Amino acid sequence: MKSGSNLEKVLEAGHFAFTGELGPPRGTNAEEVREKAQHLKGNVDMVNITDNQTAVVRMSSWAACLILIQEGLEPNFQMVCRDRNRLAMQADILGAYTHGVRNMLCLSGDHCMFGDHPDAMGVFDIDSIQLVNMVKTMRDEGKFQSGGDIEDPPKIFIGAAANPFAEPYEWRVHRLAKKINAGVDFIQTQCIYNMDRFRKWVKQANDMGLTEKVYILAGVTPMKNVGMARYMQKKVPGIEVPEKVIDRLKGVGKKKVADEGIKIACEQIEEFKEMKGVHGVHMMAIEWEHMVPEIAERAKVLPRPKV
Amino acid sequence: MIVVKRKPFEEIKTMLKDYKKVLTLGCGTCVAVCLAGGEKEVGILNAELSMARKIDGNPIDLGATTLERQCDMEFLDELENVVDEYEALLSMACGAGIQFLAERYPNKPVLPAVDTTFIGANRDVGWYEEKCRSCGSCVLGWTGGICPVTMCAKGLYNGPCGGTDNGKCEIHQDQPCAWFMIYERLAAQGRLDLIMEFQPITAWQNQKPRTLVQPGYEKQKEAG
Ligand code: SF4
Ligand code: SF4
Repeated sequence: MKSGSNLEKVLEAGHFAFTGELGPPRGTNAEEVREKAQHLKGNVDMVNITDNQTAVVRMSSWAACLILIQEGLEPNFQMVCRDRNRLAMQADILGAYTHGVRNMLCLSGDHCMFGDHPDAMGVFDIDSIQLVNMVKTMRDEGKFQSGGDIEDPPKIFIGAAANPFAEPYEWRVHRLAKKINAGVDFIQTQCIYNMDRFRKWVKQANDMGLTEKVYILAGVTPMKNVGMARYMQKKVPGIEVPEKVIDRLKGVGKKKVADEGIKIACEQIEEFKEMKGVHGVHMMAIEWEHMVPEIAERAKVLPRPKV
Repeated sequence: MIVVKRKPFEEIKTMLKDYKKVLTLGCGTCVAVCLAGGEKEVGILNAELSMARKIDGNPIDLGATTLERQCDMEFLDELENVVDEYEALLSMACGAGIQFLAERYPNKPVLPAVDTTFIGANRDVGWYEEKCRSCGSCVLGWTGGICPVTMCAKGLYNGPCGGTDNGKCEIHQDQPCAWFMIYERLAAQGRLDLIMEFQPITAWQNQKPRTLVQPGYEKQKEAG
């Protein structure tokens, strides 16, 4: 075991993982975090806690992670390269680990211009692949980037993102290979709507032997309404929503769109369960946490394994 | 070249409000080439300032000189006999030139008339693009001659990120993704292997003021 996190144990035991996501509040209301967490408890193996998501200031990811731990859930500490330099990153990793954090997701982060402080300096001292490698060096070699020794190194299960839908397509598996070389343990993909493209990407990754070296969790976000689908299609960088998905949502009565969105997600999950090279699903039910119990039920991923 | 942009007129006018006799100093190198701080631009700025101050009923006496280079003490010496006639110096050189001028004439208020913007290249007349952030450790050799430090909005060394959208950067549809271009160029050259390797963390060379003495010139520096 690299970290002994619940997620790692679930994956190591060969179970199909099911992870969730939670965005911290734009303030100090811990109750809001606890309430969202209750919907996820028992329905997912671990919960990603976003880090100033879309470059908007929120309660820090590690702080919300601690609330999750108090609530008996396992957090996945997301860390973006936009807001901290290597000193702050390493310090936060030590601190978060000390308080029980065992998973991390290493991300570049959206550019500041998307958020509420568009004039802020983007730090980007290191990039997301270098962050993966930094956490691995801390864990496996017990070293800081300076070369200095860490007393009792943090044992973190290291995650990163992958986007099979960004061009150049041919490059995407090579980027995955790069992340594997840097030391990543698991990948959570961008939200998948274009299944054809995703199948091709996984096949390429299988052919290159990459899916034997890393766990792949397929990203799923059920569409709540047609407006959301359009927004994701037009406005969110790196997300591809095929027209036929939108047509399908439009094809049902207005009251049934959300239900249809969940239906589409469940069909995807059924396919992922059978897909070689996919080891689980990352459910990003953004601001829809209370629906997770129902989604998990309908996706037939309950009960979650006890490992 | 170093590309600069003239400051907004009102900002310049406000800086000069307490002075009645000012010398405007152009520079004949980069800022002249990028059409913002050469002899011609000095003339235009002075004409505008004179006119505005006359209308305000507070006339100003403006001198004009354009030095070959303000970032070179040798050329700044030329001003020795004239600076005393002025209350302040208004420089249209880049930030380096302005600072050297202020250092050479420490008793005079020295004011910037331009904002130094970037190291860039001439795309067309009057059209410049930023190309280099003088990181001090050039990677162009393995990035297909495209600078990721400057041209990638996140300065990534292991790009492209997941935000690249049909060759565009996530920040704007008008901004090409540097890493997409790097990929395309290296692919066309059959050199993709250069970016397959993981690039370790960068040892930044630009985090403190830098001084450079070229090999062979150390003695001169020691002599002061
Ligand atoms: S890598 Fe970019 S910023 Fe650094 S010296 Fe080369 S061109 Fe300039
Ligand atoms: S889209 Fe391309 S240029 Fe923009 S931040 Fe990502 S890699 Fe850099």
